[in-house]
Amino acid sequence: MLKNILIALVLIGFGVIFYDLFMVYEAKTELTDLAHYYAKNGANEIGGANLVTSIVVTYRGFDTLGEVTILFVAASIISFFLKLKEDEEEKVIGSKDTTELLVTASQVLVPLIFLFGVYVFMNGHLTPGGGFQGGSIIATGVALMIMANPNFKINTQIIHWIESISGVAFVFAGVLGVLLGGGFLDNTFKGLGVGEFGTLFSAGVIPIIYSFVGLKVGAEISNILNKYQKSQKSI
Amino acid sequence: MEYITLGHMSLLLGISLTVIGFWGILTQKNIIKIILSFTIADAGVNIVIVSLGYVVGKTAPIIDNAVVQEAGRNVSASVVDPIPQALVLTSIVIGFGVTALMLAFAMKMFTAKKTLDINQFNELKW
Repeated sequence: MLKNILIALVLIGFGVIFYDLFMVYEAKTELTDLAHYYAKNGANEIGGANLVTSIVVTYRGFDTLGEVTILFVAASIISFFLKLKEDEEEKVIGSKDTTELLVTASQVLVPLIFLFGVYVFMNGHLTPGGGFQGGSIIATGVALMIMANPNFKINTQIIHWIESISGVAFVFAGVLGVLLGGGFLDNTFKGLGVGEFGTLFSAGVIPIIYSFVGLKVGAEISNILNKYQKSQKSI
Repeated sequence: MEYITLGHMSLLLGISLTVIGFWGILTQKNIIKIILSFTIADAGVNIVIVSLGYVVGKTAPIIDNAVVQEAGRNVSASVVDPIPQALVLTSIVIGFGVTALMLAFAMKMFTAKKTLDINQFNELKW
């Protein structure tokens, strides 16, 4: 009883805080100064059609580097927590047979899902999407494969190599910005320009950086899914 | 508040989702349901942040032929604020990492006691 009252009090407290926010909220009719700068100069300085991508990868590139690091740390901690004992590695996960429908659908859909994921992260500077979104789409393909065959073995060696190489390449592209451009993670190199607006090879190194981010995120989430799958052996 | 805009509606949606999420965190007994409530609250906060960047009558900050452009691809008169959207991308990724970690903890807790009822885990209770 006391517990229910406390819960109600906490929720009412949240309600009061948000009520205030809602009542003073007025939809803006013009951009803030910083957003105005980005909207005015973003297309010329960065060359990407998608302003959100320009901000995420170049204006606030450090944020993205930190994000990738956070994801990496989360994946490492999960690997550490769900480590199996040696005698458990060889166990077979007991499960009911998966349906014919799921197995056949996964064979047809998984290549298409991977293709769509690659499309999303390569066109992150032109269309809605980007590295994180594309990587997550690729990982859904891996999730589908695991659901179709609970004992499906993911080649962890390939995943680890993809992850390491893309992580290093991301930082390397940033350091190239120091050497050839205006600073760390600068997307335009001297003498190369930003490319023709609206084409795949535009916006400097943004498509390259986002492709590496997409590969890294896809590999990391697949690694997490692999750990979850394997941890069923310890039950 | 003179008239209801899209911003008001999405703000209300975000606020409701956040409060529902916190209600779930505080009342549910199953660990998986608690984790789901965390993700609902997360989504609510993200929607609140995005709706704070809404500008009346403007469109998504992606420059193509559908967007009104001034000289030199200056679109400051026709797009919404892109900064909250970029920040929410960060927030979503961090939310994903937290959720994945919580699920790993849930897996560990299940192997320890063969149950997901939060009331069975009372070693740290006082």
